[in-house]
Amino acid sequence: MMIVNFTPLSAFIGGIIIGLAVVLYFIGNGKLAGVSGIANNFISSKINRIDNFLFIIGLVIGPIIFSIFINDEIPFLITDSFPLIIFAGLLVGVGTRVGGGCTSGHGICGIGRFSLRSVVATITFILTGIITVLFIGTI
Amino acid sequence: MNKLISLVSGIIFGFGLTVSSMTNPAKVLGFLDLFGHWDPSLIFVMIGAIIVSSPFFFLSKSKRKPLFAQSFSIPEAKKIDTKLIFGSSLFGIGWGSVGLCPGPAISSLALLNNYSLAFIVSMFLGFLLAKIFN
Repeated sequence: MMIVNFTPLSAFIGGIIIGLAVVLYFIGNGKLAGVSGIANNFISSKINRIDNFLFIIGLVIGPIIFSIFINDEIPFLITDSFPLIIFAGLLVGVGTRVGGGCTSGHGICGIGRFSLRSVVATITFILTGIITVLFIGTI
Repeated sequence: MNKLISLVSGIIFGFGLTVSSMTNPAKVLGFLDLFGHWDPSLIFVMIGAIIVSSPFFFLSKSKRKPLFAQSFSIPEAKKIDTKLIFGSSLFGIGWGSVGLCPGPAISSLALLNNYSLAFIVSMFLGFLLAKIFN
């Protein structure tokens, strides 16, 4: 193992900002900011559809505001294999719904409220993610 | 008011993801590349978010109410079952394949690229497919 590209400060500050969003959503609307749940409810349920849509739109506006501040392009590097991207998207969609959460729902909100279920889920998807990268490799 | 809270929370969340570079799939894959060129940054994102939010989750255990809702909605499931492990494993494989999970995938739509769009469309298709398992 070799440690590279490590940016603990910006990661920590970004994390604090994400935490503030989670707090606002929780004390304001009384809900946990799990993105897969919000996105799934947006397509699957008529209840609060506009609210869920607005959260999703907000997620897209966030980076746009950031780019105005830094006046630079936001780095985005991904595989150019569309079949792999579609495969990954399907697995993330099915997996987060069957497992009841993603990085935000289980990894942040779940661990934050000391849910053992979320701790187990988070360890599971990080481990399977590490094994997948071990086999497929990075970009 | 709920609508404004949803929008503003989404904006702050997306902003935080960008500050921490989690919108970059290469950065996320770096975290999962434990046995190669490891980038531990993602752990710091999670720690930062958990430190800030954790104290507030315990409000729901007292008799307090949210500012603009009747009650807190907290998932009741406590069981650690095969569905949890199976689903989280599928998610981990998808996440490790390209480096995108739901939040960063949606935020990266701001960068107007076809890769994010293809991922999002398949992810929503996956949500619908999951109804077979559930």
